[in-house]
Amino acid sequence: MSGVNRISGAGRLTPARTARFSFDGRTLTALEGDTVASALIANDIHLVGRSFKYHRPRGILSAGAEEPNALLDVSRDAARRQPNVRATVQEVFDGMKVASQNRWPSLAFDVGGFNDLLSPFFAAGFYYKTFMWPKAAWHALYEPFIRRAAGLGVAPTEPDPDHYASRYAHCDVLVVGAGVAGLAAALAAAKAGAKVILCDEQPDVGGALRYDSGTTIDGKPGYDWAQATGQALAAMDNVTLLTRTTAFGYYNHNFVGLVERVTDHLAAPDKALPRERLWQVRAKKVVLANGAIERHMVFANNDRPGILLASAGRTFLNHFGVAVGKKVGVYTAHDSAYEAAFDLRKAGVAVPVIVDCRERPGEAVLEKARELGIEVLKGHSVVNTTGKLRIASITVARNGGSGARKIAVDALLVSAGWTPSVHLFSQSRGKVKFDAETERFLPGTYAQDCLSIGACNGTDDLQATIDEALAAGELAARAAGAEGGAQVALTGQNAFDWTGGMIGAAEGAGPDTTVKAFIDFQHDVCAKDIRLAVREGMHSVEHIKRFTTNGMASDQGKLSNMHGLAIAAEALGKGIPEVGLTTFRQPYTPITFGAIVNHSRGSLFDPARKTPMHSWEEAQGAEFEDVGNWKRAWFYPKAGESMHDAVARECKTVRDVAGVFDASTLGKIEVVGPDAAQFLNLMYTNAWDNLKPGRCRYGIMLRDDGFVYDDGVVGRLAEDRFHVTTTTGGAPRVLQHMEDYLQTEFPHLKVWLTSTTEQWAVIAVQGPKAREIIAPLVEGIDLSNEALPHMSVAEGKICGVPTRLFRMSFTGELGFEVNVPADYGQAVWEAIWARAEPMGACAYGTETMHVLRAEKGYIIVGQDTDGTLTPHDAGVSWAVSKKKPDFVGIRGLKRPDLVKDGRKQLVGLLTKDPKVVLEEGAQIVADPNEPKPMTMLGHVTSSYWSSNCGRSIAMAVVAGGQARLGQTLYVPMADRTVAVEVSDMVFFDKEGGRLHG
Amino acid sequence: MADQAIATRKVPLAGLRGGSHAAVLTPAAPAARIALRAGKDAVPALSAALGVTLPTRPKTSASTAKRHALWLGPDEWLVIDEDGAELMGAAASSGALHSAVDVSHRNMAIIVSGPGAEVAINSGCPQDLSLGLFPVGACSRTIFGKAEIVLLRTAEDTFRLECWRSFAPFVFGLLSEGAEDAAH
Amino acid sequence: MLLIYCPYCEEERSELEFRNGGDAHIARPTNIAEISDEEFEAYFFLRDNPKGVIFERWRHIHGCGRFFNAARDTVSDRFLTTYKAGEPKPNLDAAPETSATVETYEALEGAAQ
Repeated sequence: MSGVNRISGAGRLTPARTARFSFDGRTLTALEGDTVASALIANDIHLVGRSFKYHRPRGILSAGAEEPNALLDVSRDAARRQPNVRATVQEVFDGMKVASQNRWPSLAFDVGGFNDLLSPFFAAGFYYKTFMWPKAAWHALYEPFIRRAAGLGVAPTEPDPDHYASRYAHCDVLVVGAGVAGLAAALAAAKAGAKVILCDEQPDVGGALRYDSGTTIDGKPGYDWAQATGQALAAMDNVTLLTRTTAFGYYNHNFVGLVERVTDHLAAPDKALPRERLWQVRAKKVVLANGAIERHMVFANNDRPGILLASAGRTFLNHFGVAVGKKVGVYTAHDSAYEAAFDLRKAGVAVPVIVDCRERPGEAVLEKARELGIEVLKGHSVVNTTGKLRIASITVARNGGSGARKIAVDALLVSAGWTPSVHLFSQSRGKVKFDAETERFLPGTYAQDCLSIGACNGTDDLQATIDEALAAGELAARAAGAEGGAQVALTGQNAFDWTGGMIGAAEGAGPDTTVKAFIDFQHDVCAKDIRLAVREGMHSVEHIKRFTTNGMASDQGKLSNMHGLAIAAEALGKGIPEVGLTTFRQPYTPITFGAIVNHSRGSLFDPARKTPMHSWEEAQGAEFEDVGNWKRAWFYPKAGESMHDAVARECKTVRDVAGVFDASTLGKIEVVGPDAAQFLNLMYTNAWDNLKPGRCRYGIMLRDDGFVYDDGVVGRLAEDRFHVTTTTGGAPRVLQHMEDYLQTEFPHLKVWLTSTTEQWAVIAVQGPKAREIIAPLVEGIDLSNEALPHMSVAEGKICGVPTRLFRMSFTGELGFEVNVPADYGQAVWEAIWARAEPMGACAYGTETMHVLRAEKGYIIVGQDTDGTLTPHDAGVSWAVSKKKPDFVGIRGLKRPDLVKDGRKQLVGLLTKDPKVVLEEGAQIVADPNEPKPMTMLGHVTSSYWSSNCGRSIAMAVVAGGQARLGQTLYVPMADRTVAVEVSDMVFFDKEGGRLHG
Repeated sequence: MADQAIATRKVPLAGLRGGSHAAVLTPAAPAARIALRAGKDAVPALSAALGVTLPTRPKTSASTAKRHALWLGPDEWLVIDEDGAELMGAAASSGALHSAVDVSHRNMAIIVSGPGAEVAINSGCPQDLSLGLFPVGACSRTIFGKAEIVLLRTAEDTFRLECWRSFAPFVFGLLSEGAEDAAH
Repeated sequence: MLLIYCPYCEEERSELEFRNGGDAHIARPTNIAEISDEEFEAYFFLRDNPKGVIFERWRHIHGCGRFFNAARDTVSDRFLTTYKAGEPKPNLDAAPETSATVETYEALEGAAQ
């Protein structure tokens, strides 16, 4: 037997197909298809958790996604453990382990329960008022304490072993919700020929038909019709039917996010299956058929385990075959709860009373109750409940308080009526309007191309819902361009038309400020808290929400919003529309981080870009550093070498012999066209028309505000063709910057830009022996100083493949940069290395490159500049043409702030103690004894140990730096103050003779 | 020089095969490619010189034998020759004003083939790839996860997906996951 | 995520293929070297950030690569039109009103004060 509360013959599960699971260590039997909630109730377990603030015993309240109480820890194995899983959503699979949360030492005896006794101290706004002083105590004491005490579940510690899938999908019509309305709309749209996606959060279609017992559609029982229709839709080529799939977010321009739960219900899922699949749907039309959510009644001690929504009671009985109790009371303000009583009674469960706070319930349900012999107390309210860990009795009184009596029950079904689910409509930025007669917010002004149908649109009558849905489905299909097919006709009949409903506190929630009549179960917010908020001056619903935290839990107030609003409106003496509804945000229900992160983890988190020579570098034992998405060889340590040793050796070797360096990541842009030089004249501060083909020039690029944006060497290959290089990190933005000006400011120029960064592998060979190394490999290029002087470029062959050979240097040595088509990069590198190694040359990485260029005072844009330096500040004003009538930045350079004295300028720094290496980023002051806050003159931008200089060297930006040469300044550090002398930036080979070999 | 061996070519993803029964992933053989830019006036002369009619409608391509011209923008084409034939010289011989830049080594291509090819690519590409909107011969530069790609549909169930060479492992990896999901 | 009609590709594409380029119809002065500080400030630094219709630039950076202009309602994020770079600012009087009919919850909340 799968639980004492399982009713033989009731429900739709197959009794023979059982699954075993554990709850807090106790092994239980469920049926396949059970949710954790239905299985627990079948085993007569209602107590499943402790509340967030007061640690009050809590049970299962609903049977759906709106569940605020039954949040459990569900695990498949050690690594697959998830906290805060709604028991009403999670399906049972064989072998699953379920544990309750937020209790210690046990669920039945929870020490935190004393919070309930202390509750006068935990009034709304308690945290804001109490945990204020001292400020430092917040992080040290208060926050950790609150997090421990007021916890939800415990986060898993192991990496998630599952994988998640993602699909972009497009459709004509997306239908959200597969109840009567959604199924009918999807059918109409599909028959009209539209490409349809229909999704529903439940494991099967049917929506409200899953709990219903009295509806027929086309002569079939409602649920059967739904399954047949679902199967028919799934079989159509133009329909994608997704169950266990929640539409969690409605974003701009009909972009809707769905999460499909693929394996969470399976005992032994195929490892190849993703745990969840994220669908990013772009729909021409969206049809919202979200349905409605039942509200609970707000009265004293309405949160005891065993108190459930009436529709939940019906779902457990009619779908899962489980009675919520043996003696079930009903407390309602709406006719629908009567049907729960009828279903229970027909299943043989005792229903001692239906308490209806209305004087005039619907005639039809009253009649039926009489027929079934169920006592109905009209104009009565439940004013209190008893029962420690499970409801034991209700106290019922005539409205006004007279004639109170106790009635023993072991469960109570409640209903205050139905709240249309306008969540997705609201997320779409549609504006709701308040319907005063039915006291509900309904879709008002639409902001996006969608339609609401059925219960979420306030349509109550079944046939009206069907007709509305069929019309909407066809309309949406036609509007999306579908031209096919037949019209659909359906007729439906339900057992009872429902009336009634109330929002706000019922009798028994009391004006009494000590009564706990819960509105928001998940955040323990009571009716009195809303009143307190109003008394304390909160008049906007947004303020009341934040003061009380009503509706701010992970259920986003699906049950509580309307009650809270009504109580606030009453306390404020205003109408509900004047108080206003809070905004609904994505996601509709919580979604996993796995679904959001999806493929973006591990090696797919970000592209790891590797150069053509990467595998050689790896084989040589290079350490790599990240530069943007690139992996660049950082240094090549030999056995036993520290980074410092390796870099010092590489630096010496390059200057003494030669070094080979992978410069492939440098950005490269080919600028081609008759107006190429004219375009570069505008993009760089330098003049380009006088650069002869075969020669190169170092260029500075500014933004129009006058600040340095990028730099690089530009080679002219032909009159109409330039090979532009950019910084490694700057390549995409420089191309964007150039395209921007070319397309929008200088469109008359006949020139085109093409990124060639990845076309070329670049092998820099630098040092006194550079020419000797490459010479025998090169064909068709005269490498002599005369034919190929410093800053020139020639095309020819190396190792039999085409090359663009640059004579240039970022080290101050005789240097070449060998560009070859990328696929040849490694082979050419190896050929060069085969010559370089026997000569005593080394391979060097980016760290050595940085040191060598700093020895020469060459700046790195982005390290030595920070977007606020002009060419003059950076010491490269020689590169700014004085003759050109225009270039980007020409006017910005003349701005008053950019020409005034005292600007921060790049200078060299030499520590008085040559062995001390400054820290990059360290601040610089003139007077180390100045009281704090000290006057900061600037900071260190680059700092290294230079083995070639035999001392430390540094570059820094210093206010008025160029006028301070020779001055002593100070760098205050935590443990000492370092004295430095301001110098020029060239620390090695000041004459520059080595460049020319 | 004569005694020097000619450098050998090492292509990204060499020898790799992947995907699922729904979408097979195969790195394409090395090809010749140019990024071609030109105004409308130059189209006839360039088409004649290249032996393939440069398409002028968005999202369309033209092919003759192993040579394909893909419309990427109003003045931009990617010309691919699967046999590796020289394209720069051919474009230059047109005599028309244009920019041709050799990008043979910048790009590499992965062939995605099978009934799940669309789904595999849609794991990271936001475009609607249904046959109605992206028919055989359709092409587009677009985005695939965090990489830019150029997509060409060569058959109902086959796409040629071009990306920059350093993005190839990322693209192949994401496609592999998409192909796996397409099989389920 | 926005859906943007590229006037060059003649198709709506996902925002992922695009990059916003700030305000449209701000021409770089042809005599920029001569303009006053105030004129430069107006050209380079000052923008209106309107609530309602904004004319802005987009680049179809992962598509055709072209810059183009758009009129977008900053309240509803609805595009009134997109058009090629260099084309004149369209007259939107004939276009359907959007910001008046599309109000947000935030506006509703404001009214509730």
